[in-house]
Amino acid sequence: MSTTSAENGTADAPAGERPSTSYDAHFRVWRGDTDGGGLEDFTVEVNEGEVVLDIIHRLQATQAGDLAVRWNCKAGKCGSCSAEINGRPRLLCMTRMSVFERTDTITVTPLRAFPVVRDLVTDVSFNYQKAREVPSFAAPEGLGPGEYRMQQEDVERSQEFRKCIECFLCQDTCHVVRDHEENKPAFAGPRFLMRVAELDMHPLDAAEEQGLDRKTTAQDEHGLGYCNITKCCTEVCPEGIKITDNALIPLKERAADRKYDPLVWLGNKIRRRE
Amino acid sequence: MTQVERRQWDVVIVGAGGAGLRAAIEAREQGLRTAIICKSLFGKAHTVMAEGGIAASMGNVNEGDNWQVHFRDTMRGGKFLNHWRMAELHAKEAPDRVWELETWGALFDRTKDGRISQRNFGGHEYPRLAHVGDRTGLELIRTLQQKIVSLQQEDFKETGDHESHLKVFQECTVTRVLKDGDRVSGVFCYERETGRFFVVEAPSVVLATGGIGKSFKVTSNSWEYTGDGHALALLAGASLINMEFVQFHPTGMVWPPSVKGILVTESVRGDGGVLRNSDGKRFMFDYVPDVFKEKYAESEEEADGWYEDPAKHRRPPELLPRDEVARAINSEVKAGRGTPHGGVFLDVSTRMSADVIKRRLPSMHHQFKELADVDITAQPMEVGPTCHYVMGGVDVDPDTGEALGVPGLFAAGEVSGGMHGSNRLGGNSLSDLLVFGRRAGLYAARHAESFAAGERPLVADAEIDRAAAEALRPFTPEEVAEGGTPENPYTIHQQLQQSMNDLVGIIRRDEEMARALESLAELRERARHAGVEGHRQFNPGWHLAIDLRNMLLVSECVARAALNRTESRGGHTRDDYPAMDREWRRANLVCTLTDPDATSGAGAGAAGQISLRRREMPPIRADLLELFEKEELIKYLTDEELTA
Repeated sequence: MSTTSAENGTADAPAGERPSTSYDAHFRVWRGDTDGGGLEDFTVEVNEGEVVLDIIHRLQATQAGDLAVRWNCKAGKCGSCSAEINGRPRLLCMTRMSVFERTDTITVTPLRAFPVVRDLVTDVSFNYQKAREVPSFAAPEGLGPGEYRMQQEDVERSQEFRKCIECFLCQDTCHVVRDHEENKPAFAGPRFLMRVAELDMHPLDAAEEQGLDRKTTAQDEHGLGYCNITKCCTEVCPEGIKITDNALIPLKERAADRKYDPLVWLGNKIRRRE
Repeated sequence: MTQVERRQWDVVIVGAGGAGLRAAIEAREQGLRTAIICKSLFGKAHTVMAEGGIAASMGNVNEGDNWQVHFRDTMRGGKFLNHWRMAELHAKEAPDRVWELETWGALFDRTKDGRISQRNFGGHEYPRLAHVGDRTGLELIRTLQQKIVSLQQEDFKETGDHESHLKVFQECTVTRVLKDGDRVSGVFCYERETGRFFVVEAPSVVLATGGIGKSFKVTSNSWEYTGDGHALALLAGASLINMEFVQFHPTGMVWPPSVKGILVTESVRGDGGVLRNSDGKRFMFDYVPDVFKEKYAESEEEADGWYEDPAKHRRPPELLPRDEVARAINSEVKAGRGTPHGGVFLDVSTRMSADVIKRRLPSMHHQFKELADVDITAQPMEVGPTCHYVMGGVDVDPDTGEALGVPGLFAAGEVSGGMHGSNRLGGNSLSDLLVFGRRAGLYAARHAESFAAGERPLVADAEIDRAAAEALRPFTPEEVAEGGTPENPYTIHQQLQQSMNDLVGIIRRDEEMARALESLAELRERARHAGVEGHRQFNPGWHLAIDLRNMLLVSECVARAALNRTESRGGHTRDDYPAMDREWRRANLVCTLTDPDATSGAGAGAAGQISLRRREMPPIRADLLELFEKEELIKYLTDEELTA
């Protein structure tokens, strides 16, 4: 097809030319479904500046039209393209090919903690179920829309946790559930324990006034006690959220205060009688 | 006959971005059983990509702001082609929609006195955008998502079922809106995971599917943006307006090639970033058009002074509306003053400290560092225009969002047309989603309630059979002629993107657009032979083959309308008609399907599938016109309109 790409200043070089910086890489991609599957070998072109997701897309377009993968924004903002690259949970769109040697074999597998649907796509419904188990923001009584006043330094703690793109890499890597299906019912996982912390630190959340102690429920209903702060979740977080240090440890401290503080215990007793 | 599961709901929302979720919340709060159908996982919609903020004249940073000023800015940005009623409703209701988010748990950045902070943006007279760093869209989606979960928690307490009144069918795609006579009766869908078909019967359907950017090669849009809602509306008998107006955001990444087109937020300029060409010149001073001359600075000194003291200085020209900045960048590159990778330089490192940049623009810092090895606290970014947004969309009633001529079909957000005229201002999209999402949800609920039990429109088996056959066609494509090769949907998609990018891109001319139409006819023909491998379970090749129908339809609308409008305005720039023409201001180009009974989107040959007609816009209400000075109106309106 003839084009007038020169007119639109930023258009590409004509298609078909292969730049000198490109090379062929060796990929192994897990393919299969609920009935099982295995690693399949591919040799595929790689160009300068590309990320692993680009290579997966090239496989789809040229060698495996039905290769299943989730993705949306391709800019690390939506958290859809989570998978494991050489065994490490990562976003496919934020993993540059330049971090590998040209001779490396790059192995791409689906998230291990969740059941496979097909190829690189897993069933992440566990996370949506856990989201429903966390009681929502409790709006303060007597404050109408437009009347909320909060200081920047007070919202910043929760804002850090709201950077979460729900890629579920932390849920995937957390050793409490990674190879322990039996822990799933009792454990919300780092993402949703962090959600409890976020609401607990929200300057205007009125849960406590409405009879809900988020700290205690973190321990009693969301399995905070299972976490032994190995920080695996923090290490894989593509947003760099300090999940363990800033959310889980403070939540543990607050929950512990609740449990052993006799005054809090007494206060709770009295409130319950009302 | 195809056996498919039928489910009954009151209101169906197609799409789970800002508009869809806000519509769903409203319909559910009106007491109606509401189903949301979305192509991706719940919470992943393209709205998360919105960075800068939500425009709403709360007046938290500058008390001079109010809805009238916001209305004026919106009309100017759209070069007065906006539907004035939509621009009015939007400006009036945006503050309430933002404040409401706080009561659902949103945490915006704050002013010193604890209110919602507001930042400057292109085309907005005052700091107006409520924001959360540069990830405002994520905050919006998460807040709406969590509000929906909280409604489901309430329903669980009542009924023991989280999904009794509000259910998200995630990773499902709608391929047809179904009708009973003239009235909407439901939607036909497939589930991506299994490939299974199902029908949702409902008297009200809200389209909230976003835009069409995936028809262009260089785009900030995700794979979902295949114009589904635009095409569904056309196929259901609705019309599209303003399809010639496509916004090329001035600042997308240009390097490395694999990230080309990814958005660089306008906040970079709102917070003081300057644009320079390869000679180091701040070129935007040379590109201030006449209609904006009085409002923008003429020297670097004056422009720099504005950041400290906006009352005494005029705005820097980097903050002109997006269409102006995109054209300027395009011209600089074309004149040979571009960067090594074919963009221009955008530099924020000279005005702000590294700490401030990391706090105010964290995603941009991260994005450039991770994807391009550029540290924006010390180095300039290379940027160039990228296809970002379509101003055109479903022709709707401005108050209710109901598609004209199709009772029960509603549209909100990017898929609807009129609100933004020929060019959208940054920040006006998130507010549009909330204002018109709520309205569409409300009126969709009322429409559904208007039917007595047993009186609802019905879904006929024959219609289901037709929709199922159409969706399955990629598995049994038409045979290619002897000697020909079977077509690959990915290849057709790539050629469509290249064609639209090159021939109906940021700068347009007659013979190129005519060639685009020929190329679309050829691609349409080839799409009939596009087959897919494998089976129906989570098969992206199949999904793309289905989406191609939609992209081919909307691309034809864009090309046909662009060829017809012989002037330049907003997101439609013609080399052969470079001036804005006051006569054209009053005209909407309306696209409809030529043959509504055609069973396939393919076919129709070179004549195309789209008919175009010109329609006069309603005159702007007198009290709204009075918000402008006469000298300004003369630039836009005809003498006849001014004396009327």
